[in-house]
Amino acid sequence: MGTTASQLSKESLSEYQELTFLTKQEILLAHKRFTELLEKHEKDQIDARVSMGKIITLPELKSNPFKERICQVFSTSEQKDGSLTFEDFLDLLSAFSDSATLEIKSHYAFRIFDFDDDGTLDCADLEKLVNCLTGETNDAKLSSTEMKQLISNILEESDIDKDGTVNLSEFQHVISRSPDFVSSFKIVL
Amino acid sequence: MSTAGEQDAGLSLQEEHESKTHRTKRRDGDRQKKKRRNERRKGGTRAGEGEEDLQAVSEKRERSKRKRAKSKQETSRRENNEEEEAQLTGGKGTKARKDIRNEKTRRMEKEEVREVEENVDKGKKKQGSTKKGEKKEDGGKQLVKGKAREVKKKKHKKAETSSEPETSEEDDDEEEDNDKDVVRLECLSPEELEKLKEAVDERKKLIQSLRGKPWAMKKKLVTLRESQEFVEKYEGALGKGKGRKLYAYKVLMTKKWMKFQRDFENFKTGCSIVTVASYFLFLRWMYGINMILFGLTFGLVMVPEALMGRPYGSMPRKTVPRAEEASAMDFAVLWDFGGYAQYSVLFYGYYNNQRTVGWLKFRMPLSYFLVGVGTVAYSYMVVIRTMARNANESGVGDDNSFNFSWKMFTSWDYLIGNAETADNKFASITTSFKEAILEEQESHKDDNIHLTRFLRVLANFLVLCCLAGSGYLIYFVVRRSQKFALDGLENHTWWERNEVNMVMSLLGMFCPMLFDVISTLENYHPRVALQWQLGRIFALFLGNLYTFIIALMDEINLKRKEEKIVKFNITTWEASLYNGTVSENSTASPVTIHPADVPRGPCWETMVGQEFVRLIISDTMTTYITLLIGDFLRAVLVRFLNYCWCWDLEAGFPSYSEFDVSGNVLGLIFNQGMIWMGSFYAPCLPALNVIRLHVSMYLQCWAVMCCNVPQERVFKASGSNNFYMAMLLVILFLSTLPAIYTIVSIPPSFDCGPFSGKNRMFDVIHETLESDFPPWFSKVFSYASNPGLVLPFILLMVLAIYYLQSTSKSYREANVELKKKLQMQNEENKRKNKRAALKAQMDLEEARMTAQEQQRNNNASVQDQESGSLNSNINKEY
Repeated sequence: MGTTASQLSKESLSEYQELTFLTKQEILLAHKRFTELLEKHEKDQIDARVSMGKIITLPELKSNPFKERICQVFSTSEQKDGSLTFEDFLDLLSAFSDSATLEIKSHYAFRIFDFDDDGTLDCADLEKLVNCLTGETNDAKLSSTEMKQLISNILEESDIDKDGTVNLSEFQHVISRSPDFVSSFKIVL
Repeated sequence: MSTAGEQDAGLSLQEEHESKTHRTKRRDGDRQKKKRRNERRKGGTRAGEGEEDLQAVSEKRERSKRKRAKSKQETSRRENNEEEEAQLTGGKGTKARKDIRNEKTRRMEKEEVREVEENVDKGKKKQGSTKKGEKKEDGGKQLVKGKAREVKKKKHKKAETSSEPETSEEDDDEEEDNDKDVVRLECLSPEELEKLKEAVDERKKLIQSLRGKPWAMKKKLVTLRESQEFVEKYEGALGKGKGRKLYAYKVLMTKKWMKFQRDFENFKTGCSIVTVASYFLFLRWMYGINMILFGLTFGLVMVPEALMGRPYGSMPRKTVPRAEEASAMDFAVLWDFGGYAQYSVLFYGYYNNQRTVGWLKFRMPLSYFLVGVGTVAYSYMVVIRTMARNANESGVGDDNSFNFSWKMFTSWDYLIGNAETADNKFASITTSFKEAILEEQESHKDDNIHLTRFLRVLANFLVLCCLAGSGYLIYFVVRRSQKFALDGLENHTWWERNEVNMVMSLLGMFCPMLFDVISTLENYHPRVALQWQLGRIFALFLGNLYTFIIALMDEINLKRKEEKIVKFNITTWEASLYNGTVSENSTASPVTIHPADVPRGPCWETMVGQEFVRLIISDTMTTYITLLIGDFLRAVLVRFLNYCWCWDLEAGFPSYSEFDVSGNVLGLIFNQGMIWMGSFYAPCLPALNVIRLHVSMYLQCWAVMCCNVPQERVFKASGSNNFYMAMLLVILFLSTLPAIYTIVSIPPSFDCGPFSGKNRMFDVIHETLESDFPPWFSKVFSYASNPGLVLPFILLMVLAIYYLQSTSKSYREANVELKKKLQMQNEENKRKNKRAALKAQMDLEEARMTAQEQQRNNNASVQDQESGSLNSNINKEY
């Protein structure tokens, strides 16, 4: 894999550095990890895509309940299949990096939690979110009354304009008060 | 293109810079190139018009045309290009889209600026490289001069020409365009220069903020390239004339500074304490602080003394006394920091009280004193600044109003990369959800309150007993060790010699466990229980530390009594020595006695330093050993004995140990407290601590990875990171208290240390002021330190604090009010909407009614008519 480092030209490296919250080493590492996922013949293509199935086998994402959503949010593919180019991958890592701002983190978090991509978190989104968080096993699942109670509590707290959904600014307001969101919304290669 | 070196070259060499812009242009996307060319084309057409006399007329016509119609075609074109252009005009892309109408006029202006800039660039090119423009220069120049006189007018024109529909001459030669429209830079009015500067600055800001934008990488790349090209192009042009070089240099330096800052940002990280990872972040932060403390003491105290001070063995305080010489190199003695270690730069006593050392005339005692003060001041600054930053991050206070939402949105830890941990996390999140729901439901319910009250009182009583017991134990042990020390350490076993430190470490290890057991009596909510637990451990550590210090104080007093006796003895000894020599050989040759033989006082400062160093060492050792035995051995036993055991060891009683984040953080904080306390008397302490932190970073990291399970009940830093920072601050304050007390109120030993011979340690400041500064300065200083000035100043500060606090309080209230208002307004809106909807419905119904009625009427009339017509027909027929 000695050639992979040289594949990334100095210019684009510094551009990526300018555009992401990553350091040079992190970008190089990301490039290395990304090219490992590619097929042999794809390695020279700049905008080669890695399918979602492969991305979510990365140990950093493997046990994340939101792995599919993360891929879909950061993917720029037209088919909406969640496949990532290297640049998408960098975007992902940048948003999840240590030094990314709260604003950008919360923006992406909102999009990840917005399962139906309609720009607001409604009851269905919240329910899906709870199910993701409690895991797949049946005994862990909350009963329907508990779920109802939970969602109504959440809306009570964070739905400031009382329209029955949580929109981006409300979400960011809630998140910005949280002491540990920035430190937990992090993926490091 | 963005690397510093290249930019450097680009700035210094104009031609190269120019060619670079060309290169980048070529590299840009086709579409973009076209656009640029279009613009240039427009400029070209304008220039062409300039030559004609009809210019003004045609332009006027055009202007009026535009104003009248705002041609639709153009609008559509704009909207197509909008996104890019909006980005170019200062990164307001997303907002701009919303309000096209308003934005339009503004964009016009900006485009004007850009046009001017284009011209500027051309002019610059003209001057810088005459290769291309030579052919048509004459015509161009004349035109330009004519134009530049009426800059103001031209601005309008430009707006028009730029808004002209695209001309079809896109395929024209680029070079021609380059030469056609040229404006000399000098012709630009200062206003325009200012505008240009603003535009460049705006781009720069855009470049910096680009990574904070949630866009896809491609979009970011395009924007970055465009703005970078822009900045590179016009930055050089700006400083043309007198300040050119200076400006270029300034730009270069700011770039370098930015880069450095970014690297530095990456190097340091804030500290926040949530999960296991954040413990290590905290550790790293501590490590950073200690590195700086170490740099201070090492660079300004230890190295100068070692290099420039008098060498070892030149005077009594720098030599091992004769009695200890035999064992001075033994490992056991060195391990206790006696022997050679004691008489080295590591401890206070070694330093000489020469006012200056070496050819640099380094003020050694002053430096020692200032470093001591500086370490404390620096630590205060760092801790308070971090607290302030954390407070900013966590918003206004730590309100509990988003309990559920936080559980929902922020509970997943994205760093988890292990299936087992993920399962644990799922479970803990589920239970926390359930707990929260239950809590919400049963917040009013209370079961047998008398029993719980009794149990809580009992628990607190037990804890108090523990605290008192541990305090007494430490005091007892310290007193006993003094007795041993008087007897001579050689007669005692290893345990008896290290009793104090061992007892303190063991207490620190076992008491928290005891507290944990006691706290089950209390039946608190886990979060509250954890706070109690932390508070108790805090009290325990603090109590231990303070008993230790009080015992040390006793010892200091003893030593000082001893010192008095020794001092008296020395004078008699010297007299006898002098008399003896006089009587033996009457030649008055200077008495030469080996420094090891000179009797000396019991340097209490070194003793204090030694105690602290020993404490740190034993604390470190216990930490590591418990890590190895308590975690590693337990994990090994549990894993391998599980195959042949009668119950499930992994799930049952011993199981794996949890990584106790809060306990470890507390340990770290107290360790730091000891460093702060002792580093004045033992300059080597920060160095030791750096090593300790470094080792424990890797050791604990390994332990966490291989033999710990994550904490079952995940605890969220009790609302804020500042909880721990506040503890650190308290510890810092409490640990500086005794240090400052000893410095201020106890006279230093007479024969060791940098302040020997002085009445108090801080006299060194006075001395420096008197002898190193001009007399007026010390006068000013004495006036400034006059209580008449200091007291009002303090009063002012207190008032300022009060004022700030009250304003922040009012802001908080305003916040709540605004929130309420928002809700009210929303409800109002909703009501209004409902009313409007109702009204509309009513209207609709009414309309329908009327329509029906009308229809009926119509029908009737039609019937009438029909009947009428029928009648008339009939009439006609008739």
